[in-house]
Amino acid sequence: MSATDISKITEKSKWQDITPGNQIYAAGTSREFKTGEWRTQTPVWVAEKCKQCLLCVPVCPDSSIPVEHCERQDFDYDHCKGCGICAKVCPFDSITMKEGQ
Amino acid sequence: MSIRERLSGNEAVAFAIRQINPDVMPAFPITPSTEIPQYVANYIANGKMDTEFIPVESEHSSMSATVGASAAGARALTATSSCGMALMWEELYVAASNRLPLALALVNRALSGPININCDHSDSMGARDSGWLQIYAENNQEAYDNMLQAFRISEHKDVRLPIMICQDGFITSHAVENIELLEDSVVRSFVGEYEPENYLLNPEQPIAVGPYAVSNYYMETKMGQRTAMNNARQVILDIAKEFEAISGRRYGFFEEYQLADADYAILIIGSAAGTCKDAIDALRAEGKKVGLLKLRVFRPFPAEEIAAALSHCKSIAIMDRCDSFSGNGGPLGAEVSQALYNAHSTALAVNYIYGLGGRDIRVEDFEDIYSRLETIAETGQVTDQYDYIGLRK
Repeated sequence: MSATDISKITEKSKWQDITPGNQIYAAGTSREFKTGEWRTQTPVWVAEKCKQCLLCVPVCPDSSIPVEHCERQDFDYDHCKGCGICAKVCPFDSITMKEGQ
Repeated sequence: MSIRERLSGNEAVAFAIRQINPDVMPAFPITPSTEIPQYVANYIANGKMDTEFIPVESEHSSMSATVGASAAGARALTATSSCGMALMWEELYVAASNRLPLALALVNRALSGPININCDHSDSMGARDSGWLQIYAENNQEAYDNMLQAFRISEHKDVRLPIMICQDGFITSHAVENIELLEDSVVRSFVGEYEPENYLLNPEQPIAVGPYAVSNYYMETKMGQRTAMNNARQVILDIAKEFEAISGRRYGFFEEYQLADADYAILIIGSAAGTCKDAIDALRAEGKKVGLLKLRVFRPFPAEEIAAALSHCKSIAIMDRCDSFSGNGGPLGAEVSQALYNAHSTALAVNYIYGLGGRDIRVEDFEDIYSRLETIAETGQVTDQYDYIGLRK
């Protein structure tokens, strides 16, 4: 079977159109699943205080701190669940937690 | 040319596994199925097969590893009994809902408690709603033959469901009987190579197995399982026909023994069918019209076929080797009664529970049941619809 275009499988799909065992014939599709909406607290990156030590990056359980050219970027709020580990680990108070999304 | 041997049920299933030579077998020992992985491990150690044997720390792990191996693209199986299967409970459903074609050699044994290591069907009957195919054997020959057909049914593209090959603990698993084995080359060409369409270890086409399926997808997934289970009906019959061509032994959903003209019928699963046949032979010699329907395939459940085969009977005893504690009968009693009701059967049916925890059932017990069936048909009265056979009272 060729790769499943998972955008074609939606909440409107009939049972006949669901793949056997719900198998997804593609990789990395969890990116399409926006888990950020589960968040009740939100980390805020204070860029001017950040020293780019990158301690926050490996502790993020959801890979929601993108890195480009050895520098962290702003949070991936589509997938950040607001656990706050990054704020806890930051030595420079450059991540603060705010209530809500 | 078939090979004449004498083997126990466990030896017979292990012999079949050697001939199939699956890719992976994770297993954890539990009486009375322990010998199956033990014999397989011996075959591997002696260079008779090259299956990857994984000794695991529990049955939760053995079924998990079988599921993982199957998702990876391997032909995989495990073996267990009783509480070992109970510990696999979660993964039984995972295997079925992920539509993984793997096998379980189950040696039926009572579930605790009270603690008991002997035969009854409470383990596999408890798993009757897990979405697995279930095929039962009367003796070592059938256990061997069913094992050889297992992967052909399970891996069929219209099915892709896990399969349980069941035999009675100790009665079948440890009793040595004559058996006819097929040659390795015949088995190999019958079973063939497993070539999954999609599998995790295929670098050309990455896939994900077992994704989260919430309310919006769950029922559609279940309908897929149900359809696969229905498709298995024809596949089981087709594979049985192919198997008959290489073995000369005929299989279907069930075996009918002296049933065609029987007024009084017993419906039973497993080794006790042999004892029942002896009772039938004795009663037929006296001119009694008694017969047997020995169910081989319990999942999918051949409801219409059973009702048709019993349509001419005046009274029927449905025999369960486990109680479902519904207060209303056993699992086979419930499903066969439903089949008879839906077919507008006018036969009087009773549901008798026997053989719990390894309690013997004897030829005389079956003779007594046929006599009760005769009385029920003559009087039109069912006084003991749900009874225990062989109970001290």
